[in-house]
Amino acid sequence: MIMFLSCIILYLIGLYAIVTKRNLIKIVIGFALIEYAINLLFALIGFRSNMLAPIITKVDMPHRFVDPIPQALVLTTIVIALGTTALMLSVALRIYNRYKTFDIAKIRKLKG
Amino acid sequence: MIELYLFLIFMTVAAFVATEIKDLLAAVISLGAVGFSVAIMFILVQAPDLAIVQIVVEVVTIIIFVAVIFRTTHVDETIGKKLTGTHILSIVFFSFFALFFLVAVFRALQELPAFGNPTMKVASEYIRLGLPKAGGANLVADVILDFRALDTLGEATVLFTSVIGVAALMRSIGRKK
Repeated sequence: MIMFLSCIILYLIGLYAIVTKRNLIKIVIGFALIEYAINLLFALIGFRSNMLAPIITKVDMPHRFVDPIPQALVLTTIVIALGTTALMLSVALRIYNRYKTFDIAKIRKLKG
Repeated sequence: MIELYLFLIFMTVAAFVATEIKDLLAAVISLGAVGFSVAIMFILVQAPDLAIVQIVVEVVTIIIFVAVIFRTTHVDETIGKKLTGTHILSIVFFSFFALFFLVAVFRALQELPAFGNPTMKVASEYIRLGLPKAGGANLVADVILDFRALDTLGEATVLFTSVIGVAALMRSIGRKK
């Protein structure tokens, strides 16, 4: 319970960066923090105490594994997070090349 | 499970540093600290596949961040300025939202099974049928490549879409100067 709540606090720090920061790189960092928090929350929900990783190493071994489904879902999410982060950073780079600043309060004028 | 709590405290501090520090390179390094702590926590909660993928993705993410910062600037000039009206409004809005969100999450988390004791209704079927039906010893690989292969196809689609977006944004041919 406290473990899950600390993941939510990490999520809220990322949301704080997205909502209140005015630097584009800080906003992308906020998105990355949210992704970490949600991945970690899923992996923690699937954990069972004193159980093994879900890999069958011996024939007829007892099936005492942690939950494999959240791990499979998070494996998908981590890779998608990399793609979205790269896309956001390339947009930020193009905006910098045009306006010479990362400050979103100064990126107001319609140019070009 | 004391080490999990220690890592969570470390991650919270590093995340706060990453959002508040003035130097953008230092912010990216703090973000890397959070990411590698996530990888270590994946090992501690018995998820070795996730830990491997997280380490690789984290390294690539930091490389992309550092490449962007080297081409632009590494000073966040918005930190330490006087607060404007919009900024104060956004902080107030965020505080109210965070308060309601925490209350809602607290009530929702009480419906979840306790830590270390998940339900595993669907997962028990996957664990039982993983080796005979899908034929793989790694049950996570069985789930993503056999039982839920369509999800993985969608993931590949999203990944290629983002790669096309990056290639279109970073192209140098046919761009007006």
